[in-house]
Amino acid sequence: MKLSPVRYAAPTSVEEAVALLATCDAKIISGGQSLMPIMAFRLASPELLVDLKKIKGLGDIVLDSEGLHLGAKVKWIEIETDVRLKTAHPLLTKAIEHVAHYQIRNRGTVGGSLAHADPASEMPAIAACCDAVISVVGSGGLRKINAADFFVGALQTRLEPDEIIVKILLPPWPATRRWGFQEFSRRRGDFALAGIAAYFDVEPDGRATNAHIAVFGASDYQRRLTGAEAELNGKKPTADTFAAAARAAAAEVDPPSDIHAPADYRRALVETLTGRALADANR
Amino acid sequence: MTLRQPNSFVGRPVERIEDLRFLRGKGFYISDLSRPNQLHAVIFRSPEAHGRIKRIGIERARALKGVHAVIIASDLGPTPPHIPLRLQPLPELVPFHQPMLAFEKVRYVGEPVAVVVADTAAIAEDALELIELDIETLPAITGRASAEAAQSVLFEGHGSNEALVWTAVRGNADAAFAKADLIIKDTFRVQRHAAMFMEPRGFVAEWQADTQRMQVWGAAKVAWANRRILATALQIDEHAIDMFELDVGGGFGSRGEFYPEDYLIPAAARIVGRPVKWIEDRREHLMCANHARDIECNVEMALSKDGLILGLRGMSYSDNGAYLRTNGSVGPRNISQFMSGPYKIENIHLQTTMLTTNKTPSGTFRGPGRFETDFVRERLIDLAASQLGMDRAVIRRKNLVRDEDMPYPLATITPYESVTDLDSGDYPAVFDLCMTEFGWAEKSALAGKLIDGRYHGIAIGSFIEGGAAGPKEDARLVLELDGTLTVYLGSSAVGQGLQTIMTQITADAMEMPFDQIRVLHGSTSHVKDGFGSYHSRSTVMGGSAILLAAEKLKDKICEAGAAALGCAKEQVLIDGQTVRHGDRSVSFAGLSPEPIDVEASFFNKKYTYAYGTQAAHVSVDPGTGHVRVHEYLSVEDVGRMINPLTLHGQAIGAIVQGLGGTFLEHLIYDENGQLQTGSLADYLLPTASDFPKIRAITLELKPSPNNPLGAKGAGEGGIIPVGGIITNAVANALSSLGVEPMELPLSPSRVWKLIDDARKRIV
Repeated sequence: MKLSPVRYAAPTSVEEAVALLATCDAKIISGGQSLMPIMAFRLASPELLVDLKKIKGLGDIVLDSEGLHLGAKVKWIEIETDVRLKTAHPLLTKAIEHVAHYQIRNRGTVGGSLAHADPASEMPAIAACCDAVISVVGSGGLRKINAADFFVGALQTRLEPDEIIVKILLPPWPATRRWGFQEFSRRRGDFALAGIAAYFDVEPDGRATNAHIAVFGASDYQRRLTGAEAELNGKKPTADTFAAAARAAAAEVDPPSDIHAPADYRRALVETLTGRALADANR
Repeated sequence: MTLRQPNSFVGRPVERIEDLRFLRGKGFYISDLSRPNQLHAVIFRSPEAHGRIKRIGIERARALKGVHAVIIASDLGPTPPHIPLRLQPLPELVPFHQPMLAFEKVRYVGEPVAVVVADTAAIAEDALELIELDIETLPAITGRASAEAAQSVLFEGHGSNEALVWTAVRGNADAAFAKADLIIKDTFRVQRHAAMFMEPRGFVAEWQADTQRMQVWGAAKVAWANRRILATALQIDEHAIDMFELDVGGGFGSRGEFYPEDYLIPAAARIVGRPVKWIEDRREHLMCANHARDIECNVEMALSKDGLILGLRGMSYSDNGAYLRTNGSVGPRNISQFMSGPYKIENIHLQTTMLTTNKTPSGTFRGPGRFETDFVRERLIDLAASQLGMDRAVIRRKNLVRDEDMPYPLATITPYESVTDLDSGDYPAVFDLCMTEFGWAEKSALAGKLIDGRYHGIAIGSFIEGGAAGPKEDARLVLELDGTLTVYLGSSAVGQGLQTIMTQITADAMEMPFDQIRVLHGSTSHVKDGFGSYHSRSTVMGGSAILLAAEKLKDKICEAGAAALGCAKEQVLIDGQTVRHGDRSVSFAGLSPEPIDVEASFFNKKYTYAYGTQAAHVSVDPGTGHVRVHEYLSVEDVGRMINPLTLHGQAIGAIVQGLGGTFLEHLIYDENGQLQTGSLADYLLPTASDFPKIRAITLELKPSPNNPLGAKGAGEGGIIPVGGIITNAVANALSSLGVEPMELPLSPSRVWKLIDDARKRIV
């Protein structure tokens, strides 16, 4: 478990980093929590590692009228310890509690998680659930990609090889919003076998509206479950409604099978966890 | 003369003397050791499960800058040396011995094919990618079905994939089954898993060409036996080899057995003429160190209508992997011999077939064979209780072996014949105490109840733990010139607190203070011979050897004291660290011009049997299949406790390890014989927060009659009944659905599937 020979660069600007990415088979490294194990197993042997550590300005957490801006280099621990976020985006903070283990949360970054796009990761689930906008910079300049378009498959995104994620924007979060987050893994901190991030708002007449339900772990990539959302929108948030939404969620996922969980089990988890996330939201 | 209180360190919770060093970061592990001028070895391992080697191309690897040697089988002689069996060395198992490097065929993924020696491990790994291995692929045998179908055979000379059948017999099983009121029969499976100690294995070896001596660091468990194997393989005298033990973080039966690398690293050092270091990585450990369990049992139990167990009968199939290594037949043998456990089952006919398959060779892992058989037996008893409408505690208590039955012979096993007796115990008393401590009567109200969305269940079961394997152990005591005492032992430390335990025993035997005693172990230069640490034997065997040596030493001290005081040996007595005659005395320090050196051996062929009862309370989430362990209790009688603190820790650790084997740990292969669980992200171990509520109570009710300490091998045993008890508790929780798990592990997907299938049946 020793790395293949690899060169290393630590540019001081995004532009410089983008230029380096274009020169050869290069990989960006920030927290290194996914990349380093992959390289140690020699599953990836890039020629060049481009470290973002000297680039300033990618590590900010900003709250404004547009919503919550998370710089690509924001670490999980910074989200966990930012007291503003417990009210400004409770769904995000709840989700980040589930990211791996303490030591990993001290190094792992928002941008790294989005770019790696592991189907079982929490941050892409929050991005998909909340209709986030991801800002990337490449040789063609800055572009903004909706989360719904960004994730396209297991470990696959719309990111070009010479592009770097610089930030993600989560739209504003009303204080009255109902939300729930459920994840099931073999042990605390393990990859999710399935997970659901969900929220909805409530009309003055008590009906649910603006339902957002996103799946992770039980799908090739993180995405909203529109069939389940449709079961919820316009209905009273009752146990029966949630059960119908949960059934719809299970019906519209096409989960992968692996040694930890066959597809039919993952589908059952989606139903269970959707029901529980919505019940949590209704508390 | 002053009155002195005799020492009483034995039995007290003395803190581990090892810990001061470990907690200060002063532990010294194999990875910490480097020798001047040292090179690094990395092993090229077979990427395929089964095939004939057509060609090994090493030229490109050899040409890489920094590479010093690439060693393949043909470099080791016309045929490479093989690893013999250390335990049950039957001649009929010789065909299944593993060559040190793959020879003509590869038989499992991870089998060593070549050794690369380079300036650094990273360079050696770069060279691995340049080795070309041309293999004619053969069908992979990955389990009982394919082994029996024999689309290919691993050992063509043998002709089938069945290596050997163990048979355990007691009484007349067929007659017992003929008159039974109830026969419970099913197929049970325990998955392949393995010992996963803190740091993987490693060696540093150094060959002294001028003196023709080999030094090997990284020995563990059985240094003397491994020295003999290594000497034979290297074709040098065993006394030309020094083996050194360093700190290790656990062994659990797996660390310290003789693996190919135990030879390959010394052999590489001799070939390149420089010290060579090899450190196993975790991926290698998962695919190369001994695997364990992996058993299928078709077993039936005969009972009378009042719940008396009349007999056990059946066939088990042990998937032993590609070769039979040093202790590979222990588990399969135990499956047959120990299935009756602590119960008085008079009629037994149990067989275990050892199958060779294209998987990593297996060996012992804490509670070998016993974890598996206890799963089978405890499940059978619960199934029988349910059929008979009997209380699960009552049926067990009724069948326990009684004190008046001791010594109680277990089934006799062949072909490596072994007869063993349960030595002593009040099994029902321990059972009753466990029920009381657990609150069995109160918790029974929870059985099968659905509370806040989870089904609750409880279970109880008993077990025996064998220990104290013979034939002997050696101890050497040296009274140094300054009056301190050095203890040299043939036992080895694998993290079990050996130094502390042995210092306690020595301090009591010699009436000396703790800090005047130094325990050294694990080096082949310390004592003439040693058998090491396995089968829960160190305390009983090494400790008893210390007692014998202490008597010898005291005699010599008296002799020396008498000479110094000018009187007869019979006129002196030892008083503290002085020898006294009347009002004249002479101190241990300076007692004689030379250190006083004695050596003694403790011989014993009778095993000890610690025993106990465990109980569990679980709940099952039907929506996810997740099982939560609310409480786990173990009550065990070990005869005599040397150190309650260390034993308690080992009892808890054993249970957690058992819970790992019950819920999480699983070495999974695909149909091509590729290991799917090559990292600790896929091979799941229990972590500190997974099972918070475990209690262990240790008792000293019935000392073993078989050794002067009265101690029984202990600390290993907590793992033994865990799989059976937890599964019974899960079945109890899901009794309203009629769920009866017959296979481990109880992964959430398996439990969910059982629930889902049951619900479909009910609908």
